[in-house]
Amino acid sequence: MTWENYYMPLTTGEAIELLVEKQGKARIIAGGTDLMVQHRSDPLNVRALIDIGRIPGLKEIREDSRRIYIGASVTHSQIVNSALLKKKGRVLVEAARTVGAPQIRNVGTVGGNVVNAQPAADTAIALTALDARIHILSGDGEFEKPVIDTFLGPGKSCIDPSKELVTAFSYSIPGPGERSCFARLARRESLALPIVNLGLWLCLEEDDHILKDIRIAVGPMSTVPFRARETEALLKGVLLDKAVIEKAGRSISDEVTPRDSFRGSADFKKQMIGVILKRSLESALEGKGVDSDEREQ
Amino acid sequence: MSGSNNAQAGQMAISFKLNAKEYNLTISANERLLDLIRNRLGLIGTKEGCGGGECGACTIIMNGQAVNSCIIPAARADGAEILTVEGLSGGMENELHPLQKTFLEKGAIQCGYCTPGMLLSAKALLDQNEGKEISRELIKEGISGNICRCTGYQKIVDAIYTYARERKGIE
Ligand SMILES: Cc1cc2nc3c(=O)[nH]c(=O)nc-3n(C[C@H](O)[C@H](O)[C@H](O)COP(=O)(O)OP(=O)(O)OC[C@H]3O[C@@H](n4cnc5c(N)ncnc54)[C@H](O)[C@@H]3O)c2cc1C
Repeated sequence: MTWENYYMPLTTGEAIELLVEKQGKARIIAGGTDLMVQHRSDPLNVRALIDIGRIPGLKEIREDSRRIYIGASVTHSQIVNSALLKKKGRVLVEAARTVGAPQIRNVGTVGGNVVNAQPAADTAIALTALDARIHILSGDGEFEKPVIDTFLGPGKSCIDPSKELVTAFSYSIPGPGERSCFARLARRESLALPIVNLGLWLCLEEDDHILKDIRIAVGPMSTVPFRARETEALLKGVLLDKAVIEKAGRSISDEVTPRDSFRGSADFKKQMIGVILKRSLESALEGKGVDSDEREQ
Repeated sequence: MSGSNNAQAGQMAISFKLNAKEYNLTISANERLLDLIRNRLGLIGTKEGCGGGECGACTIIMNGQAVNSCIIPAARADGAEILTVEGLSGGMENELHPLQKTFLEKGAIQCGYCTPGMLLSAKALLDQNEGKEISRELIKEGISGNICRCTGYQKIVDAIYTYARERKGIE
């Protein structure tokens, strides 16, 4: 292994100071479930690792009057067990539950999942469906942007972990009529990366099934977590009945551009994403995947 | 800042509790927790299988949670409380934890390589569900990060299930 120093700062300020001081020669490590594995085959060229696991503020899940905030080093297990997210972030809870196995979920974080930028990273897909924003701290100060804008290519994020620290993700508290859910197809239920996955968020008009708004995030259907905007446009303002759901399935199959891989052929993935979208829309209508306050389950 | 890097490049002092014993050690900043446990402490019950977090042979319990020690930097042990298979029986020499005995009784062991990891995943699951009924489904999920190439899992699930039911009377 390469690094000579391993720091465990207790505040974000200390972490940033270290990043600045090391001038690009240090790197953030959260759980390390991606970094430590990558390091085995492709040794990290860094002088120091900065472990952010002891910064209390980065481990919080909280809400204010408008938004839910999830700290960057919140683990998948924390998400799965969060009472707040079970009520107000189903897509994220359902996505986190599918990651790896207990040992991976206990250690792997949501920040690492997003910065690692795999096209089918499960919680990254869920955050994309929620239209979440990412909050970033660097030597130059704080800024935020839509999560989806951070994905540049397979494994490529615009966030530079040798200069920037992701502090949190946030999204609007779901209001009346809003629902979300997550679906995934994989070879087995544990320790298998998805063949296809899908995060769905939608908002229904009160008392009927007219879709006011919808977001569909899917992977691995492009070089990055992908928003199926054509299919979304087709569904907006429409009464969601069986025929429309069929049409949506066909539309998304045409819209996506997956690749052949050892997990499945491009054709198979195209078909399966249609099936999974149809099932998710149906389950959203049946009231499963409920999000908003008044529909407690 | 916790875990101090001292002047000598690459070395750092850490302290932690492992199997109820306190340790103060100087380690390499780039050491894996698995190597600390096996090579420095000589506790070779914890196995290395895949080395990449996929097989669970290196599972230990760290601060109450099952983790793969092969992909955790040893530095992170600083301040932690760790349990390995050697500490399961609570420090009693030549004694087995009742969960281990149930594994033996139910034939949940063949080659034995996955066993320490299985035991610790099961222990973490049982501890987290103290006082609750544990279903077979929950057990399967609890050990889903541990691969066994001999038993077919059935007897392992049986053993954990049996112990979970009995323990209310035992503990
Ligand atoms: C056996 C196994 C199974 C897995 N299964 C799945 C799965 O089913 N689904 C899935 O999506 N993923 C899976 N993964 C991948 C991995 O566990 C997740 O992507 C995890 O969320 C990564 O988080 P981490 O904290 O471990 O990241 P780390 O490895 O610590 O970091 C990953 C990257 O992000 C950077 N980084 C981390 N945190 C920050 C921050 N706050 N600010 C700036 N940069 C940061 C690091 O520098 C690094 O580049 C699996 C991994 C393993 C080993």
